[in-house]
Amino acid sequence: MSLDKEQVHHIALLARLKLSDAEYAESVEKLSRIVDFVDQLSQADTTGVVPMAHPLDAAQRLRPDVVTETDNRDRYQENAPAVVDGLYLVPKVIE
Amino acid sequence: MSAAWEVVIGLEIHAQLATKSKIFSGSPTAYGAEPNTQANLVDLGYPGVLPVLNKEVVRMATMFGLAIGATVARRSVFARKNYFYPDLPKGYQISQLELPIVEHGELFITDANGNEKRIGVTRAHLEEDAGKSIHEGLDASSGIDLNRAGTPLLEIVSEPDLRSAKEAVAYMKKIHTIVRYLGISDGNMQEGSFRCDANVSVRPMGQEELGTRAELKNLNSFRYIEKAINIEVERQIDLIEDGGKVVQETRLYDSDRDETRSMRSKEEANDYRYFPDPDLLPVEISEEFIEAVRATMPELPAAKEARFVDEYSLKGDDAGILTASRPLADYFEAVIAATDAPSQIAANWVIGDLAGALNRDGLDIEDVKISADELAGLVNRIHDNTISGKIAKQVFEAMWEGEGSADDVIEARGLKQITDSSAIEAVVDKVIADNPGQVAEYQAGKDKLIGFFVGKVMQETKGQANPGQVNQILKDKLQS
Repeated sequence: MSLDKEQVHHIALLARLKLSDAEYAESVEKLSRIVDFVDQLSQADTTGVVPMAHPLDAAQRLRPDVVTETDNRDRYQENAPAVVDGLYLVPKVIE
Repeated sequence: MSAAWEVVIGLEIHAQLATKSKIFSGSPTAYGAEPNTQANLVDLGYPGVLPVLNKEVVRMATMFGLAIGATVARRSVFARKNYFYPDLPKGYQISQLELPIVEHGELFITDANGNEKRIGVTRAHLEEDAGKSIHEGLDASSGIDLNRAGTPLLEIVSEPDLRSAKEAVAYMKKIHTIVRYLGISDGNMQEGSFRCDANVSVRPMGQEELGTRAELKNLNSFRYIEKAINIEVERQIDLIEDGGKVVQETRLYDSDRDETRSMRSKEEANDYRYFPDPDLLPVEISEEFIEAVRATMPELPAAKEARFVDEYSLKGDDAGILTASRPLADYFEAVIAATDAPSQIAANWVIGDLAGALNRDGLDIEDVKISADELAGLVNRIHDNTISGKIAKQVFEAMWEGEGSADDVIEARGLKQITDSSAIEAVVDKVIADNPGQVAEYQAGKDKLIGFFVGKVMQETKGQANPGQVNQILKDKLQS
């Protein structure tokens, strides 16, 4: 196993995932296999190869600096569990 | 502070780019709108939406790169910086890591000894701003306003070349002036369009290795930056001298208590797991694009300052003061264009009375109450001896209050300087006749009484007599 439970716990924390013990066992095994596969890739000789940032051989299209969006707040906020005075409400994030 | 310590500072400045729409969406960026009325599906992080890069931010970043003599990358890449916070709806911020759009720039500040000092700019990269969290008045909740989410930012990262809080402020002011000259940011610090984080460490003088640094977050005024850095430096030196160790952490400056405080509790897992954003292709900039931007570059502050010294022979710091903002420099040059008086006189009026009046009334140069042509009119009347410099101050105030041009005010108030020698002689004769005691003292050798006589003549003429002539005539007559 290239990953241990401790590392997977850290990854789960960063991703805000709550895993059961059984899920931990499974995740350690599956994620380790992925890491092993990537390790295998790193054996290839990449001397002189420019790192690829995107699989498509194309450049980013740019849009002109024009406002195209109108205010749809009321519609978007229909999906929100709690809203006050136009603000989305979340559990308090500072002490 | 003990002289045995060297302070090392690097700044990360966030300049909000002055675009109409956001960096990756067509939402407006206007400040002060009702909460969430400028946040659309892309800004809210809805599934299935795609970011499309605003061409204007690429142009603005290119301009900045050229202004600081940096390399503008022909190819740059956006990456995701992953972290969870309610004002970041996607769970990541789109930023740039390995291949930023601008690298290896520099600018020059004046250090404490008056010498020019080079400050390296490591990089400047494009990224999106997050939303705003509101914690007051909502009981057990925080309110989220995502209007600011997706606003374009240029993050400008300096080398750790700064050696004092003063140098940090000088550097930040330079960057502030540059972005405003270029018109790529309004630089409004109250509205958060221009703010910085400071990485601060200390090391024993002469030591090569850097000390452990603390990062001071979100400093949004020049005064706070200086105070916060000084307080943090003091804290670190005290800590080390008492046998302690500086921990690498993020700290917040509390201006009410004038102290910095650790924010550590909030971010135990500081692991952003950057990776190239698959939603965005690499940004490619052509040589032609860069050259087209170069052709639109305005004269920059440093060049303008040098030209002002050269062309107008301005004294001391005057060229620097006048070129600190582009509108002020333009105003000064408009005054110069409309007068034959020496440039220094015009400079004195712009820097002195005009700047003073703006400051007193809390106005910007854009809202100035006396046009450049009108001020030139006043300077002309001083230069051709119609009024003295002292009377000119009175005329200036009247012009500021809207009483018309310099000529209007001089005419209406009867302020024309008396340069007719016979008129001045008559007054001098009267003053001499009225003060026989002082005349005797003067003639007995008490030379400094000349000031007394000048004062009397000025009083009689309501300050309108030409001071040079008054002096000369008094001396001649008192001698005899």
